[in-house]
Amino acid sequence: MADVVKVFRTWSSPFALRVIWALQLKGVEYETIFEDITNKSPLLLQYNPTYKQVPVLVHNGKPILESLVILEYIEETWKENPLLPEDPYERATTRFWAKFGDDKLVPSVRGVLMTQGKEQEEGIPVVIETLKLIEEQLKGKKFFGGETIGFLDIALGWTANLMCVFEEVTGIKFLDAETFPLLSAWIENFSDVSVIKQNWPPRDKLVLKFQAAREKCLAEAATK
Amino acid sequence: MAESDQVTLLDLWASPFAMRVKIALAEKGIEFESREDDLSNKSPLLLEMNPVKKQIPVLIHNGKPVCESLIIVQYIDEVWTHKSPLLPRDPCQRAHARFWADYVDKKICSLGRMVWSAQEGAKKELIECFKLLEDELGDKPYFGGESLGFVDVALVPFLTWFSMLEHCGNFSMVEECPTLVAWAHRCMEKESVSKSLPDLDKIFGYFMELRKKHEAKKNA
Repeated sequence: MADVVKVFRTWSSPFALRVIWALQLKGVEYETIFEDITNKSPLLLQYNPTYKQVPVLVHNGKPILESLVILEYIEETWKENPLLPEDPYERATTRFWAKFGDDKLVPSVRGVLMTQGKEQEEGIPVVIETLKLIEEQLKGKKFFGGETIGFLDIALGWTANLMCVFEEVTGIKFLDAETFPLLSAWIENFSDVSVIKQNWPPRDKLVLKFQAAREKCLAEAATK
Repeated sequence: MAESDQVTLLDLWASPFAMRVKIALAEKGIEFESREDDLSNKSPLLLEMNPVKKQIPVLIHNGKPVCESLIIVQYIDEVWTHKSPLLPRDPCQRAHARFWADYVDKKICSLGRMVWSAQEGAKKELIECFKLLEDELGDKPYFGGESLGFVDVALVPFLTWFSMLEHCGNFSMVEECPTLVAWAHRCMEKESVSKSLPDLDKIFGYFMELRKKHEAKKNA
């Protein structure tokens, strides 16, 4: 029986991009359903009643939720082009840094993107320190996965596209090549992989989206 | 398992995250050395083994550190495959287990802390989360089915919070979530769980002491 694979996503969700990259790297055919976050489809709400969010992977009618959980599922279901190392210790290390990216880097970046003045100023060193820890993981490697992209490259891949968008929106430089030579090289190498390149959302649309999100957040904070 | 396997756990007696690791090791019959750390005065070993987050638990296996409790539990499951699989074989069921363990991390811990510090609205949301977990359990004896699984290991340490939550939130767990309470007691009948959790009265006393100090600081 042919596999039926569907991905619920939005045009801009970096978490959904992880799923797309993994499926394409493994040569899995899938159908995309684009969601409007302001008007979620009944099907999305049915598949993800807990969080009501994208991405959702639906494989032969069964929903899988949470992007890092979906990545593990994809890895276990389709064995071509393995994304995780075989050794349990290296797998644990990969998982640690993927979680670190989501638990630390994402909120620290959001903390600068959605604030201004003193609060924003205080948030910048947190982003830099977090990026420095991540940079160290690239020592002696082209990709986090080694010679080819792997789980951690996919988990952190949003930075290769969105950091410069956030830099434009805030006017703050996070990732300069002098402070982050390894990450800067990685961004170039990663973005050059065809599966990555062909799926980037349009940059100007992203800038507008995050500018609007920032303005909305600042306006809400001002009324409190 | 190699005869010469050295397994050390950097531990804290009251940490539900460290309890997860102890339960997993006990399920697999793995002997380990527990080293109690002091968060107000972190040991050089902890800082060396977990330089990024400087937190317990850390599992040190033959000198190599593994950090983050659910990642450690998965590691234990992948290294010691001779008995008591914690994650199921089927990828869909594995994804399901990972999702709910992640849900426990996202919701129970932070909401529990908010109830402890008497934050508005936290109790209602926490009870809703517990009820959702009850729905997920259904009429299975354990989240893992007939035996303890990944979600059981992730959640059962929070049994040590139940009395504290009831006291601070002014509600009864057995009235609100009878299925979950029954499940927790069922887990406690397993040696791997009962020997990995501290005495429930002792930990309740500890939380009340902490709360007194917290209140005193606030009112100072």
